[in-house]
Amino acid sequence: MTNTKPEWPLWEVFIRGQHGMSHRHVGSLHAADERMAILNARDVYTRRNEGVSIWVVEAQHIAASSPEEKGPLYEPANSKVYRHPTFFDIPDDVGAM
Amino acid sequence: MYAQMVKSEASEEDPAQLQSFQDRIDAGEKIEPKDWMPAGYRKTLIRQIGQHAHSEIVGQLPEGNWITRAPSLERKAILLAKVQDEAGHGLYLYCAAETLGVTRDELTEMLLDGRMKYSSIFNYPTLTWADMGAVGWLVDGAAIMNQVPLQRTSFGPYARAMVRICKEESFHQRQGFDIMMKMCQGTDAQKHMAQDALNRFWGPSLMMFGPSDKDSVHSAQSMRWKIKMNTNDELRQEFVDQTVPQAEYLGLTVPDPDLTWNEDKGGYDFTEPDWSEFYDVLKGNGPCNAERLGARNKAWDDGAWVRDALSAHAAKRKAAKVAAQ
Repeated sequence: MTNTKPEWPLWEVFIRGQHGMSHRHVGSLHAADERMAILNARDVYTRRNEGVSIWVVEAQHIAASSPEEKGPLYEPANSKVYRHPTFFDIPDDVGAM
Repeated sequence: MYAQMVKSEASEEDPAQLQSFQDRIDAGEKIEPKDWMPAGYRKTLIRQIGQHAHSEIVGQLPEGNWITRAPSLERKAILLAKVQDEAGHGLYLYCAAETLGVTRDELTEMLLDGRMKYSSIFNYPTLTWADMGAVGWLVDGAAIMNQVPLQRTSFGPYARAMVRICKEESFHQRQGFDIMMKMCQGTDAQKHMAQDALNRFWGPSLMMFGPSDKDSVHSAQSMRWKIKMNTNDELRQEFVDQTVPQAEYLGLTVPDPDLTWNEDKGGYDFTEPDWSEFYDVLKGNGPCNAERLGARNKAWDDGAWVRDALSAHAAKRKAAKVAAQ
């Protein structure tokens, strides 16, 4: 019973919720092609009105950063606190800014 | 539970690396698929998530048995929705397992040829409509007890699948209790059916949590890794304490003559289920083991031509698209 046939590709599913937000990754599924992936995503991830729009992308086409790059990629941001508005003290007299 | 007696694997990696992994878990960090993890952690999780997924899929069978015979169109639609949810839950979990490096087809094969298990509870028959109530109320109730803490499990994809599942699962338990309420407000014959369903499902539901802590050899490592959040006995106690008052509300009698409230521990004392029966069911000798696995194998084999046709159609469309470019 060993299955030597190639598996259907894995698709990552992104759903836009009801409230005008960006598409958000919700999970993945296997499907023979993009049409089937969208139909299955509808059945699996929007059974309770979770979405108004579906994106599917074959998982093999996603390029991802690796955990080892964590330092070089994200550490430089740690020292740049001036990128946050709260870094600057604006006197109360100035009013809302 | 949906994953019972999951064997944990010892690790033989570098002690310093193991310690820094353990530190991450102790600090409440989530482990993601591309992070370093001990081989034992990976293997144990594949086993546990796989068994959990298989349980969702096989768990469709006892309830699917009643879809065509539900007493009303509304009950039928509700049951259909619940069974569809179980398929979805299986899929979320298979996807989580796949991130650990096992393929979907491997998992399916291991279920079909018996190398991987599913929960013992699904090897019991659903004989009457009241069993649909008992399954939702007790079996899904027991599942929720285990799955709520698993939302905080250390492996990210597993935790996220659990969040999604828990949101949907409380519908399952409530629809079961709703069926029980209707039956218990009905004729004597209907009340009798409800009591009979509770009598048959009580013991097997208690078994869902797995053997007693004193006999549970795999718990310690899994708990350190936060892939098991509570001991079997803790969850079983919580389940009994929650369920007994609900049975009283229904006017049903829990089939345990020794059930008594223990003021000191603030919980019920109850009789342990028949563990010899539990081990026997795990070995494949339950009332429905052969039937369940037979049904899964038949569905897989009978569906082969559909899968092949879809693959052929996709390949043809892909070729046509390339030719058009």
